[in-house]
Amino acid sequence: MNAVLQPARMVWRRLTSMRTALILLFLLAVAAVPGSLLPQRPLNPDKTNSYIASHGGWGRFLDSIGMFDVFGSVWFAAIYLLLFVSLVGCLVPRIRLHARAMVRKPLPAPRNLDRLPESGSFETADAPSAYATAARRALGRRWRVVQRDEPSGVLTLSAEKGYSRETGNLIFHVALLASLVLIAVGRLYSYQGSRIVVEGAGNGFCNTVSQYDSWRPGRLAAQGKITPAPFCIDALTKFTANYTASGEASKFEADVVYRRTVDSAPEHARITVNHPLRLEGDRVYLISHGFAPRVTVRMPDGSVRHDTVAFVPQDATTLLSEGAFKEQGAPGKKQDVGVSGFFAPTPRDAGGGVITSASPQVSNPVLGIFVYVGDLNYNGLPQSVYSLDTSKMKKIGAANLSIGQTTKLPNGVSVTFDGWVPWASMQVSHDPSQGYLLVAAVAMVVGLLGSLGVRRRRLWLRITPSSDGPDASPTVVAVGGLARSDSGNFTTEFTSLLTRLRDAARPEHELIGAGRE
Amino acid sequence: MTVAGINGSMAHLSDSLFTTAIAIYSVGMVGFVAEYSFGKRGRIAATVPAAEPARELVGAGGPPVDVPAALPPASTSASASSDRGSVADRIGRWSFVLTVLGVLVHTASIAVRALAVDAVPWSNMYEFASVAGLVGVIAFVALLWKAPQIRHLGGFILLPVILIMFLAGTVLYSKAQPLVPALQSYWLAIHVTLVSIAEGALMTSAVLTVLFLLRQRYDRLSGRPGAKLGGLTALGARLPPAATLDKVAYRVVAFSFPLYTVAIICGAIWAEAAWGRYWGWDPKETWAFIVWVVYACYLHARATAGWKGRAAAWVNLLGFGAITFNFLIVNIVVAGLHSYAGLN
Ligand code: HEM
Repeated sequence: MNAVLQPARMVWRRLTSMRTALILLFLLAVAAVPGSLLPQRPLNPDKTNSYIASHGGWGRFLDSIGMFDVFGSVWFAAIYLLLFVSLVGCLVPRIRLHARAMVRKPLPAPRNLDRLPESGSFETADAPSAYATAARRALGRRWRVVQRDEPSGVLTLSAEKGYSRETGNLIFHVALLASLVLIAVGRLYSYQGSRIVVEGAGNGFCNTVSQYDSWRPGRLAAQGKITPAPFCIDALTKFTANYTASGEASKFEADVVYRRTVDSAPEHARITVNHPLRLEGDRVYLISHGFAPRVTVRMPDGSVRHDTVAFVPQDATTLLSEGAFKEQGAPGKKQDVGVSGFFAPTPRDAGGGVITSASPQVSNPVLGIFVYVGDLNYNGLPQSVYSLDTSKMKKIGAANLSIGQTTKLPNGVSVTFDGWVPWASMQVSHDPSQGYLLVAAVAMVVGLLGSLGVRRRRLWLRITPSSDGPDASPTVVAVGGLARSDSGNFTTEFTSLLTRLRDAARPEHELIGAGRE
Repeated sequence: MTVAGINGSMAHLSDSLFTTAIAIYSVGMVGFVAEYSFGKRGRIAATVPAAEPARELVGAGGPPVDVPAALPPASTSASASSDRGSVADRIGRWSFVLTVLGVLVHTASIAVRALAVDAVPWSNMYEFASVAGLVGVIAFVALLWKAPQIRHLGGFILLPVILIMFLAGTVLYSKAQPLVPALQSYWLAIHVTLVSIAEGALMTSAVLTVLFLLRQRYDRLSGRPGAKLGGLTALGARLPPAATLDKVAYRVVAFSFPLYTVAIICGAIWAEAAWGRYWGWDPKETWAFIVWVVYACYLHARATAGWKGRAAAWVNLLGFGAITFNFLIVNIVVAGLHSYAGLN
C-alpha cells in the first residue's frame, strides 16, 4: 500500500509546490507565443491554409502538432489543466491554514526578542499591567493583541496585523480558479451565428440555426435548436455609413425592427459598432457592411427577373465588392443566366478599361459584369453564393454599367443595373457564463489589492517588572518585530512603532537601544 | 492637408510642445547624469553597502523575512545635508525642476492634441507612446517624493523615455485624425489610460531592475579580491544598495499589476461590446495575456525559494520585454483587430 501511496504523495507534493506553479505559469506564457505569431485556424482559416500550403512539410508538421489552433490544442489544455490542479492542491491546505490562523491567537513571544530582525527596548516607570494597557491602546485596533502572563512575572504581548493580505491572496486565487471554470463552461455552451441582412422589408431572420449564414456552436450548445431567446430581426430598415473626406469611416448605424419572441410586438432599435442590441441571453452585433446591387435580367425565353444580391467586399478600405446573380431558366434547357461581377462604389479607371474603387463612399457607382448562359450546375458540388460555377456555361459578354444603363447581349439576354441597397452583417452571440465571469474578475482585482497592498506584521512585547526593591529600577520593555511580507520598508515602520510604544509609557523612560539584528 | 473634424493649428501646436518636451527632458537628463557622475550622493552610496552583503539570497528557504534597507535613514539625511549646496547638488535640483517643467509641457502637448481631435488622444502608437512616456516620468517624480535619495538616477529613467518619444515622433508618428467607429467608445479612454499608466510604471520598474542587477554584480565582484570591474559594473558603485533597488522595483510592480489586470478586464468588456466576444486570442490580446502571466511569474518568483533576487529580476525584465514586443512588433508586423497603429 505504502509503495503506491508514497510515490503518489511525492508527485502530488511536487505538483502543488510553488516552484511547479511557477514553471507551469511560465509554460503557459511560452505556449501562447506561437498562437500570436502563426496564423490561427479559428481566427483566419484562409490565411492558415495558404500558410500551410506555402510551407510544405514544415507547414504540415506544425499543423500536426496543433500550432495553427494553439488555444484549442491538447498541449495548451494540458498546461491549463495541470495549473488548475496545482492551484486546487495548493489552495485547499492554504485555506485551511489561514482559517486556523484567523481564529488562533497570535504566537507567544520568543524568549530573546533581540534575535528578531527588528528589536529595541526602553524603560518605564509604569507597572507592567498598566503599561500593557497603555501599549494596547497605542497600537490601536488594527493589531490583534493577546496578553500572556509568564510564571516569572513577565507580561508579554503578541500582536499581529495584516491578515487580509492572505485573505486577499486566497480570494484572488479562488476567483482565478472560478474564472478558469467559467471560461470553459462559456466555451462549451456558447454559440455565434451570423447573417447578412439586406436593407428593406422581407430580408430578416429569426434566431434559428437554419437561418444563419454561418453558425459556430460550442461543443455542448444546442445543435439543432437554440434555447434562450427565439427572437427575430425582421428587417434592416436603414443602414447609414458616414465617412470623412479622406475616406475614413466615421459612423456606422443599423436601424432594425425586431421581436423579442416570435409572438411579441415589433420594436425598433439602433445598433452601432460599440452598442449591440442586448436581448435576453443573446447579443446582436453590427459586424460589417457592404452593397447589394439591383439588376433586371431579361432571360433567353423573354421572361424578366429582378434581383438584389449582397456583394462581398474584397478590399476593406475601398469596399470594391464581388458577387454573382444566378437566374435559373426552365430545367434542363441550359438556359440559366449567370452574372458575375464587381461593384465599385467610387469607380476609378485603372487604365485599359479596368475599373477599381477609390473610396468606400458611393458616388456614381459602376457594376462590372460578365454574363454567362448555360447550366448553373446546381446539381454539382455545393457552391458559394458569391461566385459562379462556369464549368457548364458560355460567356456571352461583359460590360461596365452605371445606374440605369442596360447592356444587350446575344440570345435575347439583357442586363440592367437598377441601383443598389446597403446590407449589414449581423452577428448573434450567446455566452451564458460571461456575466459571472465579470464578477469573478472583479473579485480577482479585489483580492489582488488586498494581497499586494496589505502588509503582514508581527510584533512582540516583553514587559519585565522591576526586580530589586519596591521602587529601585523601572520596568523594562523589550520589543521585537517581524515582517511576514516583503513590501514596504519595515525598518522605518518599526522605528516609528517603537517611538509610539515608548511615548505611551509614563516619562522617566530612556531608550536603551534600537538596533537591527 | 487638413482633415475634416481636426483643428490643424492645434494639432501643430501639440507637435511643437511634444518636441519642446523632448528637448527639456534631454537637458534634464544631461544634468542628472552630471549629478550622478560628480555628486557626493553617488560616492556616499558607494561606500555604505560594502558592509551590507545582499542578504535576501542567503536567507533562502525560510519564511519571507524582510531585508532591512541597507541605507539607514539617518545616514541618508546626513549625506544629503553634507552634500547640500554643492555644484552637483544644484545641478541635480535644477534637473529635477527641468523634469517637472518637461512633464508640464508634455502634458500640455497631449491635452492640446485631445482638443484638436476632440477625443482622448491615445488611439494610435504615437499618441500611446507619448502618454506611456509621460507616465514613466511622472512615476519617477512620484518615487522621488518618497525616496529623494535616488534623484541622481533620473538620467536612467529619462533616457528610455527620450528614446521612446523620439521613436514616437519619427517612425511611429501619425497625423491627428478623428476616431474610426470601433474606437468611438468611452472604454477607449478607460482601457488605454490604464494600460499606459501600468506600462509606463512597469518601464520604471524595469529600469530599477537593470540598476539592481548592475549593483548586485558590482557587490559580487568588488567583494572578490583582485577582481577587475568592467565599465558598466563600475557604475554600480554609485547606485543605491541592491536590496533597496529590488524592493522599489517590486513595489512598482505591486502597484502596476492590479492596474494592468483591471486594464485587461476593461479591454475584455470593450471587446465584448465592439467585437461580440470578450476574448478572441487576437495577437494583441494574446500578448497582453503573456505580459500578465510573466508578471504573475515575477510575483511568484519573489516568493519562491531559489528564485528570489537575480532570477526574479530577469523575469521582471522578461515581462518588460513582452510589453515592448506587444507594442512594437505586434502593432507593426502582426496584423490583428487592434490595428490602431495608424502607420499605413
Ligand atoms: C494561473 C495561475 C496563477 C496566477 C496568475 C497567480 C497569481 C498570483 C499573484 C498575482 C500573487 C500575488 C503575489 C504577491 O503576493 O506578491 C500570487 C501569490 C501567491 N500564489 Fe499564485 N498564481 C497562480 C497560481 C498559483 C499556484 C498554482 C500556486 C500554488 C502552488 C500559487 C501560490 C501562490 C502563493 C503561495 C502566493 C503567495 C506569495 C506571497 O505571499 O508572496 N499560485 N499568485
